[in-house]
Amino acid sequence: MKTTDSDSAQDSQATISDEIARIQDDYQSTGVEETQPRLDYAPYRSSLLRHPTKDPHHADPETIELFAPVFGQRDIGTLESDLTVQHHGEPVGERIVVTGRVVDGEGRPVRHQLVEIWQANASGRYIHKRDQHPAPIDPNFTGVGRTLTDGDGSYAFTTIKPGPYPWKNHHNAWRPAHIHFSLFGQEFTQRMITQMYLPGDPLFALDPIYQSIVDPKARERLVASYDHDVTQHEWSTGYRWDIVLTGSHRTPMEEEDSK
Amino acid sequence: MSSQAILAATPGQTVGPFYGYALPYPGDSELVPAGRAGAIRLHGTVYDGAGQPVPDALIEIWQADENGAVSRAGGSLRRDGFSFTGFGRAAVDPEGHYSFTTVRPGPTGDGAPAFFAMTVFARGLLNRLFTRVYLPDHEAVLDGDRLLRSVAEERRSTLVAEADADGYVFDIHLQGDDETVFLAFPGA
Ligand SMILES: [Fe+3]
Repeated sequence: MKTTDSDSAQDSQATISDEIARIQDDYQSTGVEETQPRLDYAPYRSSLLRHPTKDPHHADPETIELFAPVFGQRDIGTLESDLTVQHHGEPVGERIVVTGRVVDGEGRPVRHQLVEIWQANASGRYIHKRDQHPAPIDPNFTGVGRTLTDGDGSYAFTTIKPGPYPWKNHHNAWRPAHIHFSLFGQEFTQRMITQMYLPGDPLFALDPIYQSIVDPKARERLVASYDHDVTQHEWSTGYRWDIVLTGSHRTPMEEEDSK
Repeated sequence: MSSQAILAATPGQTVGPFYGYALPYPGDSELVPAGRAGAIRLHGTVYDGAGQPVPDALIEIWQADENGAVSRAGGSLRRDGFSFTGFGRAAVDPEGHYSFTTVRPGPTGDGAPAFFAMTVFARGLLNRLFTRVYLPDHEAVLDGDRLLRSVAEERRSTLVAEADADGYVFDIHLQGDDETVFLAFPGA
């Protein structure tokens, strides 16, 4: 079935970059701070028919929404947080450790909660039938990880630095290298999925998905920092990336009750 | 009620096209085994603004059990076939259709309507969307619900599932005349 999307790749990078710049200029002149991506962001062509046109309806979370699913050790295999040991051989590429803390809007740790990641291999290729990019599949790298945060909200993955990859948003479109992150909080309302980027990527300015977060400070929150204290002697380089979920609605009393 | 957020939230991003080998897992959409007494189906189709099905969306539900209790049991990723964890995940098929096998959520309090909390992710959708799936059974209860009362009459039906032979149907319209009511929670 042909769906309405933008796989035509007709527009040039210059056209897309002009649109990005125009939206950025408009944002700077409004003076109203935004912290999340725009859902209606035309330079990302697939968003055209997939963004709600009506404002979201403000709701106070109730009952089930004040809780989140519980995940435990039985949900996770011991090797799932190390993406480099899931096959017989070593995957190709730069071994990295990505670690950080998950906290809520008040800075409280999100404890014992599920973090899921997925990513392309060092060549920028996903193990996904839809990814037809002519770059090599690495038989020793699937690119999927899961872990639980610890009592301090900390998580850590060992993986391979992902490569950038082409996509069909426009002619010669390339995504900056990224790792997809899926997060749960202590309430349903904190559920989120995002992408972590690596510092200094030359593709940031050209990428409509990254630029859909029109506030420069906000989008820089998706960029990990190199941390030499995380780097391990003769083993891997290290990156730190902390994640803040939206504010919690539960009172401290309810927090106690839920234990 | 909520304390003031002091840290800016990390921005969301689209789930992209390639989550299909990572987020789905065996038994993800079966909160209970299909044959179990009281098992129902919650299913529907995700549509874009042109009325076309969205073939790369992912739906999650989070719900109370039949008695209105909120599960605090782990095991959603590795189901044991007996424990009700309240969480389910379903990738849509190539025709934009998702399907869960679950139980009817009970009301969590006196006079409270039962609903499924739902999250929608898709390629082309730059951040997740939240909504609620109310059950159609008790109109009087629905009429008294705080959220439904605050939604314009003509859009209220987008939050209420329709009964069918096996359970309930709930279509999601990301855009257009029938656009689903999506929710923003304070502090988000
Ligand atoms: Fe990606």
